[in-house]
Amino acid sequence: MKIFDLAQDSVRTRNQGLHDSPEGKWLVSHPDGRHCIAAGLDAAVDVDIEGHVGYYCAGMNKHASITISGSAGPGVAENMMSGTVRVKGNVSHCAGASGHGGLLIVEGDASARCGISMKGTDIVVAGSVGHMSAFMAQTGRLVVCGDAGDFLGDSIYEAIIYVAGEVGELGADCVEKEMTAEHRQSLTDLLSASGVDANPDNFRRYGSARKLYNFNIDHASDY
Amino acid sequence: MSKQNSLRPSATFPLDVLAEIHRAADQGIYEIRGFGTKRSLPNFDDLLFLGASMSRYPLEGYREKCATNVTLGTRFAKKPIELNIPITIAGMSFGALGAHAKEAIGRAATQMGTSTTTGDGGMTEEERQSSKTLVYQVLPSRYGLNPDDLRRADALEVVVGQGAKPGGGGMLLGQKITERVAEMRDLPEGIDQRSACRHPDWTGPDDLEIKIQELREITDWQIPIYIKIGAARVSYDVALSVKAGADVIVLDGMQGGTAATQDVFIEQVGIPTLPALRMAVDALRELGMHRKVQLIVSGGIRTGADIAKALAMGADAVSIGSATMVAMGCNKPVFIEDYQSLGTEPGYCHHCHTGRCPVGITTQDPELEARLMPEMGARLLRNYLTTLTLEVQTLARACGKSHVLNLEPEDMVALTIEAAAMAGIPLAGTNWIPGA
Ligand code: SF4
Repeated sequence: MKIFDLAQDSVRTRNQGLHDSPEGKWLVSHPDGRHCIAAGLDAAVDVDIEGHVGYYCAGMNKHASITISGSAGPGVAENMMSGTVRVKGNVSHCAGASGHGGLLIVEGDASARCGISMKGTDIVVAGSVGHMSAFMAQTGRLVVCGDAGDFLGDSIYEAIIYVAGEVGELGADCVEKEMTAEHRQSLTDLLSASGVDANPDNFRRYGSARKLYNFNIDHASDY
Repeated sequence: MSKQNSLRPSATFPLDVLAEIHRAADQGIYEIRGFGTKRSLPNFDDLLFLGASMSRYPLEGYREKCATNVTLGTRFAKKPIELNIPITIAGMSFGALGAHAKEAIGRAATQMGTSTTTGDGGMTEEERQSSKTLVYQVLPSRYGLNPDDLRRADALEVVVGQGAKPGGGGMLLGQKITERVAEMRDLPEGIDQRSACRHPDWTGPDDLEIKIQELREITDWQIPIYIKIGAARVSYDVALSVKAGADVIVLDGMQGGTAATQDVFIEQVGIPTLPALRMAVDALRELGMHRKVQLIVSGGIRTGADIAKALAMGADAVSIGSATMVAMGCNKPVFIEDYQSLGTEPGYCHHCHTGRCPVGITTQDPELEARLMPEMGARLLRNYLTTLTLEVQTLARACGKSHVLNLEPEDMVALTIEAAAMAGIPLAGTNWIPGA
């Protein structure tokens, strides 16, 4: 295991190290809220970060498994392509924004706009999510084991949202949909991949009413 | 009542206003169109060069060297962009443009030693292959954005705004969302696609500074990062872009083109390129960053004279979008019935949003696209870029400059009070700069 102590070394030097020799296991100590830690990884490495991180940790991750034993600032795992990012604490706004693939697991709560503009990534939040989560979400799955704030799934495209707790006001064009056996199975598999203990039978499914896909004068007030 | 009186037009309700009210009453939605503003605005035509005289020594046309090369991104990037000419090609998406047009642009830019730019929708293989220097846009929609393309780009451009619609997002109407376009954008086919107007993971200049840090980390601080702004509150936006860590600022005036935007947005939002450029240069000078953070200006650049005047006002380079399409045949009087079937005529077309471009540029239809073969498009654009470059050199030599970047405000006068005030150039025959 290679150890990076960010009290001694800059994020720049350490990210360069992760980009240049992307193999094995890495431990990052003293992150102390620094930004952009482990951004742009492109190999199947394991990175453990011992503490809280700032903005854009694990940004655009590809292949790597990154565990944050603390909380994360805005945009954790933004635009992730593949791999896994696990946050043991809470996350700030825009977690998993515009992610294309991979799995983001938040063991605590997520703030506003979790999964905004997501494009195929999977996000499992063991706690609750803030307002406007899954805003303009295109594809992928957002699982919320707690409650979801107002305007959930506003202007959503084909992404799927599962929520176990209370849901505030739904966003424009977002509706509750039937939970079919196929969806229950997909959710069961995703929960088991994330290691989050929740009963799939408690979840409801939300998605797009597809009323805003093409302009229709009768839906003008929804825009 | 005399015939003359009964046909008296209303200044409040001229024919075009009447027609727009009738259209709005019929359709119940704003007009969406392409191209750019059609209103008359103060522009570079309102400036003139003084040329050399007793006190200035001109250079011999054709014989004495007048260099045109420019380096962009010298502030932080390990690999700045070196261009042979100060004319870059603006970002235009695959989706708005067909693959042939994108490839033609890439080829011509490469042959001329300049850069081209991706657009909303990501990078296509064709444009990466055909473009030696490719600027990769990071847009609010993040369609197709991925770290592999980030790393194979020659520069990144974080798009905050566009001159045709500062504060507005993109649109691509369903008829242009073909299978390939839909796949690149992770969207269903055939929907009216609205791109966000705000980035999903940052909300202000302090966040943007960290976002840029992230992009630099991902690309190992190798390539320049541009910030593109639509001309509105230019002084603040330029200062904040510098603070956020831009290597290059791209400033797009309201004459900038668009593939599909609400007409009310195109015509009523933003400020013209002329005052925007002066404000940007002033802001950079105030910060001591002029020429350290390079400035690219776009929005209604058409001729070598426009370019020479922009450089003389303090830009490091220009960017052309609409004129690129015109060079490849946009609004050319060919396939006239196809213009007519769109309800327009050559010279008036702004129908890029329909996907039925008569000359095969802004279309995904294979039959229409076949009208613009990449090789032919590249030749037309190369000829146009060559002409522009020769024109800039001609004017620079006339002002006694051995490099086009040596042109300066003192080489010019303004023809109108408006242009003098906006550009900060004295009115011809006076020393007067209104507002100075
Ligand atoms: S000719 Fe083609 S590119 Fe030009 S305005 Fe018409 S549709 Fe747009």
